[in-house]
Amino acid sequence: MTATASSAATSEVQDDRPYLEVDDLRVQFKTEDGIVRAVDGISFKLERGRTLGIVGESGSGKSVTSLTVLGLHNMARTRVTGSVRVNGREIVGLDEEKVRRMRGRDMAMIFQDPLSALHPYYTIGRQIAEAYLVHHPGQKAKAKRRAIEMLDRVGIPQPQRRYDSYPHEFSGGMRQRAMIAMALVNDPSLLIADEPTTALDVTVQAQILDLLDDLQREFNSAIIMITHDLGVVSRVANDVMVMYGGHAIEFGSVDQVLTEPQHPYTWGLLQSVPSLRGNAEDDLDPIPGSPPSLINLPSGCAFHPRCAYRMIGGGPCDLEVPELLPTAQEGHVVACHLPENERRRIFAEEIKLGAE
Amino acid sequence: MSEQTFEPGSQAAPTAVAPRSSSPLLTVEGLAKHFPVKQGAFGTKALVRAVDGVDFSVDRGETLGLVGESGCGKTTTGRMVVKLLEATAGKIVFEGRDITRFNRSQMRALRHDLQIIFQDPYSSLNPRHTVGKIVAMPLQVNGINPPGGVKKRVQELLETVGLNPEHYNRYPHEFSGGQRQRIGIARALALRPKLIVADEPVSALDVSIQAQVINLLRDLQREFDLAFVFIAHDLAVVRHFCQRIGVMYLGKMVEIGDRHQIYEEPAHPYTRALLSAVPDVTKIGEKGRERIRLEGDVPTPLNPPSGCRFRTRCWKAQPKCAEVEPPLLQIGTGQQVACHFPETGPIA
Repeated sequence: MTATASSAATSEVQDDRPYLEVDDLRVQFKTEDGIVRAVDGISFKLERGRTLGIVGESGSGKSVTSLTVLGLHNMARTRVTGSVRVNGREIVGLDEEKVRRMRGRDMAMIFQDPLSALHPYYTIGRQIAEAYLVHHPGQKAKAKRRAIEMLDRVGIPQPQRRYDSYPHEFSGGMRQRAMIAMALVNDPSLLIADEPTTALDVTVQAQILDLLDDLQREFNSAIIMITHDLGVVSRVANDVMVMYGGHAIEFGSVDQVLTEPQHPYTWGLLQSVPSLRGNAEDDLDPIPGSPPSLINLPSGCAFHPRCAYRMIGGGPCDLEVPELLPTAQEGHVVACHLPENERRRIFAEEIKLGAE
Repeated sequence: MSEQTFEPGSQAAPTAVAPRSSSPLLTVEGLAKHFPVKQGAFGTKALVRAVDGVDFSVDRGETLGLVGESGCGKTTTGRMVVKLLEATAGKIVFEGRDITRFNRSQMRALRHDLQIIFQDPYSSLNPRHTVGKIVAMPLQVNGINPPGGVKKRVQELLETVGLNPEHYNRYPHEFSGGQRQRIGIARALALRPKLIVADEPVSALDVSIQAQVINLLRDLQREFDLAFVFIAHDLAVVRHFCQRIGVMYLGKMVEIGDRHQIYEEPAHPYTRALLSAVPDVTKIGEKGRERIRLEGDVPTPLNPPSGCRFRTRCWKAQPKCAEVEPPLLQIGTGQQVACHFPETGPIA
């Protein structure tokens, strides 16, 4: 009904509800070794114009979550339950062909590795134009114009000439930009970026993050930024979800999660990261052990074997999976058995972050 | 602080290496590596100047970091130092001996002292060999029979790097990425080297594991008084591990100094740009902070810009920068900088 300031280029927008709603999403797949519970009950909402950062280590389920939102998982081998609504439309269980038609315009993805996402045999321009043609069949001349425009938009010099270049003729940063151009050619309302800058140098990374900022402002897109780099998250995200072992363990605004975190795993992550500030002579404070296997998660709280603050003797940590529960601060939810005042006390007294 | 002694173009000596108390463990002078390539439809021969005249030295027990964007030549430099690549020009002096033209058998003796740790913990370990065999290999190749036997020594090494010595008979695929990197470290330590070149040793690891490996390397460095050439693109990791840092750009060293000089008072515009581009969690809430935006990509090393190689992306570039290549000179704050118009003062 009342169409607000959102961009006109997208399909009909329902303004009364968030653009993306994920509810109790569970993704499992069978392997030789057993059932992998890659995502085990994730819920979140994302509105247009906002950026959600999903943080976690390898095997935390962060990438699987995004692949499922895009319907890119292997439908034959994967069991997906729960609900993913994009622009009010249920994706889980939707016909593959219908999801394909939504992809590109309703939601698009930027991958970590542009070399595997671009076809080596076709020119960059042709691949971008083709992505446009999927949603605008028959408009070949316009597709080419649009592809050149997008290459220019993402900061590729001489886009007219570069249209006819092959992926191998581009540098890493340029390929990443070309892939972003391809993802954005249909003005997607939801953009999922999976470690989009991990393989890039910091200077190029800064350029790409600026570019995503500009594009978000222009198209009012919703962005999901999946990364292990807390610095990147602090720079781009409005909200942050921290994942561990297929569960969301903390969710809140970027300030809540990164400056007043309440989950011991988030503390551990923040303390593990070397910083440009603080005393460089101090040892880092890593989390002991390694991330768990998704086939055989520890009982109770999946983090408890590595947690320095687990309740010793009789505590529920190794018995019950903690629920994501609200804290005193609105919008900040944490899945930890420790009482909130105890978590606040530990954070204030024992956790030192790089800033100090 | 002190007056700046730098005067553009006034000194002819290109690299006045600061005098040190004892002779350094490793000295590199004018080191260069040019790769011939064929270009275009006619196969015109051209040269990729991957490393183009680099000088630095590493003391005993010192950690030198090499940072820079991809293509700056930091990996090539590291590989020349351990002689996995033959230098095109220049000199590598290790413990007073010129090893630049050492042949294989001469190098074999030197492998005791000079080791490398690779970036990729997956491809740098032979999947068909057990961990015991992998770590024992340097001992066997060099015909060393340590007291108590090879197996005992290998188990000690595994314990040193925080692995279970009982995992001696396991294969690399049974270990996680972080554990594999520890195996690579144990192998590098087997001969008790004096210098280890570590090429991006933690960049393939998860955050929590990365911190474990950095702490391990720091402990080993102190315990065995190891010197490191630590190559990495992550400036925060380098700050944490290295006492001195060299910043490279397009085959050249543009700035080299100690941790404080490089991270608090960098003089080269490129160093400032690099630092300003790092997204840092502790910068949260400072989103309005001025960042230096570098335009464009690193130019191709096939045809680097004349004069200062950074000038095409530098906001301070003057006509002089295109004409005269700035030599690496010591400035008032103590570091050496290759810039006609160096920055002064602490970073904002």
